[in-house]
Amino acid sequence: MNHLRRTLLKLAGAAGTLSLALGAGLLKSGSALAAVWNKAGFEAKATPDALKALGVSGAQSSKDIVITAPDIAENGAQVPVTVTSRIANTQSISIIADKNPFPLTSTFEFSNGAEGYVSTKLKMGQTSSVIAVVRADGKYYTASKEVKVTIGGCGG
Amino acid sequence: MAEPMKIRARIEGDAADVKVLMGHPMETGQRKNEKGELVPLHFIQSVIATHNGKTVLDAQWSQAVARNPFLGFRVKGAKPGDKITVSWTDNTGDKGSVETTVAAS
Repeated sequence: MNHLRRTLLKLAGAAGTLSLALGAGLLKSGSALAAVWNKAGFEAKATPDALKALGVSGAQSSKDIVITAPDIAENGAQVPVTVTSRIANTQSISIIADKNPFPLTSTFEFSNGAEGYVSTKLKMGQTSSVIAVVRADGKYYTASKEVKVTIGGCGG
Repeated sequence: MAEPMKIRARIEGDAADVKVLMGHPMETGQRKNEKGELVPLHFIQSVIATHNGKTVLDAQWSQAVARNPFLGFRVKGAKPGDKITVSWTDNTGDKGSVETTVAAS
C-alpha cells in the first residue's frame, strides 16, 4: 500500500472517524448498537449536574433500592458496589460517587428480562456517598450509602 | 489490545446470574507512570450483554470503574444452555468480547 495513503488512513481511523462515529451515536459494541455515551453526564463535576444530564427529575428517595458496599473501603481503587432495585419495571440504574472529581461513574439500562440488579467495582477518591438512581416506569428513585475511603483510588 | 475476559453464567432461582471479569487498565488520565508522565485516559465506555441474541444490558461507564472491571448482572427466565455474550468498547475504539452458555444451578 502507498505509504502516504497508509498514514492518512491511520490518522483518519484513529481520530476523525471514531469521534464522528461517537458523536453521531453510531458506536457499536459487539453486534448491537450501544446507546450514545453520555458525555455531559460523565463530565459533570457535581452531582446535581450529573443528575440533570441523566434527565432525572422528581426523584423520590426509596427503601426499595439496596446499595451493598463496604462501610469502610480499604482500597479506594476497587470499591465493590452492588445495587439491587426491588422497584417493579426497573429500566435503569445509575451509580454516582458524590465526591469523585466526576461523580457519575456508570449507568446500566436493562431490557428483555434483565433484572434491576448490578454489581461492579468503582474507584472512589475519598469518603463519599454512593448514590444509586433508578428509573422505573419512567419515574426516578434514589438511595444513598456512605462509604468511608481510607486510601483514595482515583489516581496520582 | 484486548486482554482475556472471564465469564460465568449460572442459574440461581429464576434467573441466570452472570459474572464477568474484563482485563482493561481503566486509566483515569490522572495517574503518572515510572517516568513521571501522565498515562492517558483509556477506559471502557460501553458494555453490551445479550441473551440468545437479544440485548439485556446496555451499560455506559466512566473512567471511575475499577481496573480490570468486574460486572455482575442477572437475566430472568434464562435457561441452561442459553447463550450469553458480553462485549465492550473503549474510548480508543478497542473492543473485547466473550460468550458463554448458562450452566444449571
